[in-house]
Amino acid sequence: MNFLARFGAYALSGCLPVALVLSTDGPPRTGPGGHFSPAGFPNLLLRSHEGKEVRFYDDLLKGKVVVLHFFYTRCDGVCPQTVENLLEVQRILGERVGRDVFLHSISLKPDEDPPERLAAYAKEVGAGPGWLFLTGEVDVVERLRRGLGFVDPDPEVDKDKSQHVGMVLFGNEARQSWVACPGGSSPALMAEQILWMVPEPEERAGGGGPTDPDRTPILPGGKTK
Amino acid sequence: MVSKRKGESFRRSKKGLAPGAADGLGRRDLLKMGLLATGGYLVARKGTSSPLILVRRRDDFPPSPPTTPWAVALPMQQVAQNVALNPAPAEFPVQGEAPRAPHQKWSQFLPQKTYELVAAETTHVFHPDLPAPSTVWSFNGMIPGPLIKANYGEPIVVRFRNSLPTVAQHVGPGRPEISIHLHNGHTASESDGNPADFYATPFFKDNHYPNVLAGFASTHQPNGDPNEALSSLWYHDHRFDFTAPNVYKGLAGMYSLFDNLDTGNELTGLQLPSGAFDVPLFFADKLFQANGQVFFDTFNFDGLLGDKDTVNGKIQPYFNVARRKYRFRMLNGGPSRFYEFFLSNGLPFIHISNDGNLLPAPITKESLRISVAERIDAIVDFSNCSIGEEIILQNRLEQENGRGPTGHLLDPDEAREVLKFVVTSDADDFSEVPATLRTLPTINPNGAAATRTWRFERTNGQWAINGKFFNPNEIRATPKLNTSEIWILKNNSGGWSHPIHIHLEEFRVQKINNQDPQGTLVSRKDVIELGPNTEVKLFMQFRDWLGKYPMHCHNTVHEDHQMMLRWDVIP
Repeated sequence: MNFLARFGAYALSGCLPVALVLSTDGPPRTGPGGHFSPAGFPNLLLRSHEGKEVRFYDDLLKGKVVVLHFFYTRCDGVCPQTVENLLEVQRILGERVGRDVFLHSISLKPDEDPPERLAAYAKEVGAGPGWLFLTGEVDVVERLRRGLGFVDPDPEVDKDKSQHVGMVLFGNEARQSWVACPGGSSPALMAEQILWMVPEPEERAGGGGPTDPDRTPILPGGKTK
Repeated sequence: MVSKRKGESFRRSKKGLAPGAADGLGRRDLLKMGLLATGGYLVARKGTSSPLILVRRRDDFPPSPPTTPWAVALPMQQVAQNVALNPAPAEFPVQGEAPRAPHQKWSQFLPQKTYELVAAETTHVFHPDLPAPSTVWSFNGMIPGPLIKANYGEPIVVRFRNSLPTVAQHVGPGRPEISIHLHNGHTASESDGNPADFYATPFFKDNHYPNVLAGFASTHQPNGDPNEALSSLWYHDHRFDFTAPNVYKGLAGMYSLFDNLDTGNELTGLQLPSGAFDVPLFFADKLFQANGQVFFDTFNFDGLLGDKDTVNGKIQPYFNVARRKYRFRMLNGGPSRFYEFFLSNGLPFIHISNDGNLLPAPITKESLRISVAERIDAIVDFSNCSIGEEIILQNRLEQENGRGPTGHLLDPDEAREVLKFVVTSDADDFSEVPATLRTLPTINPNGAAATRTWRFERTNGQWAINGKFFNPNEIRATPKLNTSEIWILKNNSGGWSHPIHIHLEEFRVQKINNQDPQGTLVSRKDVIELGPNTEVKLFMQFRDWLGKYPMHCHNTVHEDHQMMLRWDVIP
């Protein structure tokens, strides 16, 4: 990946060149536009609630099935419900979280949410292993937010953090397969959507999807609410 | 050189729709070329010399490679052929069929014709200027899929076979699991292509289309109400969460249905233009990568706009027409663009059908507005044109993102040019524009058993109906079989437009913003363009079939982000 191509990407996305400094050459990045291409993500630097430095692509996405959303700890809007739902997802998926599935919650207010505060938050809500709360430079978080499409087309709405996009993104990086659902969606359905992303040996050997009303939940303990 | 390129394209195609890394700068170069080469497109209309600004206006994506307008003839959609199915379809699922409930009223409507449509990964040339054929998901190798021609009183089965790559093999947007919906069909639930009833390769499902008039088992036994006849339908994938990419990749086609008024023969019945002069037009806008592969943005939750307008699978085709009347069956195949079509020479459209339902009488209009998934049948009379005359079908509706139209019409010289008609010959014309078409069915809104109100909302970038998101297990309404209801749809979602589609039966608009419907809204419809701050009151009927059906926004990106709900017709 040459410098010009990368520069073009940042110029087009309207981001400050500072993002360049923070990124390193990771996988191919194809996003000349504002949104990332699933074929290439920038390897931006973030810091986890455990105090570790992590690279967005190498450490968080590469070869993984991930659940990713943006939040902030003091949010009194959509975040509490989303986090509560993700806790339920964590309960449903059990030990698969941290093994087959990784949860990433990225703070939209990195200045308010240093790693220590995120650590306290993670403990307070009861997040388990395999669930990272992340912060970083303001520009880095902004680039990730835009690149992953958590943007409102109305610039005024987009500026207002209380109206931030409450979607949760599920994806399988290797398959370039991504899908999003509202954070307020049913946790059982979210868990099912997440498992669509997880490779299975017997994967889809049998046809058919859920066929209501006689459908058997595919998740042990999954609520079919 | 050529073979090397093909190899490259093949390698990329294995990676699905995502643009390859190496495209970055080349695409920008192409962008500039594209801007120079494809004048008349929205990208060029602001008149600025900075491609960067233009790109950002267009949802932050670089434009598709340049393509020469009017270089390709409009393809006629190929008609599906009746074939024997083995094993023969049956009431209960047969060997190889995905799980489903038994076909309702099977013995009453034994299929007289059977078809097989195979969904598979194939290649398609959208335009010869693109550097390589595009990898698509098609039915029987065609974009759009084969045109099914059906007749009332002639039940059929369409075997939709999934021969796409397996989920494990597939890389990129979309998901190779399908559930095919016949849009506008008065179809039993188990053949309706429910969003949750998807199946993977190598399974198939036999969708039973009895081609029977609504009311046949209720208000108008035994044959149904002839005033409920449908004419221009389409079929498409409905797999929930992945409908937008799956349909964008090509899993859709059209379906024309005839009866003793709309006969498909211009010598009989209403004498509407027929045969070669009855032309289905499938409109779909797309983005292409520099390597010619279609591009779908999975990190966009609002709606996708393409910079290339395709008609019947070709970018900006031309169509040689004769000096006579034509019937165009126009379908907006999505995913998110709305159209308002004009003819460049001011020729009018004679609007005869809304969402596949003939109007009580033709209405002559200067322009046709079509939101996503809507269909309009219109007659255009070229008989007074001169030989050699060229007429452009223009879309003058300004739209900048998934929010919907801005509310402004573009000037003719800024319009998106979609299709060119070239008047080349004379031809006999036995067709008529009848003074009346199909009488509207008699309805009794005062007899409605219930009134339900549905608010289409957006908070924190999330699409909701009455504050809730789609869940295939949650039944949000249970109308009783053979009853009618009033459904009120409200859009307070802050300036967004939602084309709302309700399965099973056509609705009738009773009020729009507390006013009586006018013009072409006095009709049967199955999609309503629910504009910002709009409220519509609909009369709904739930006749003849039991089971689950959805209501959803047909901006398929909103739909995939759960602006959908399930309702069930119960005994």
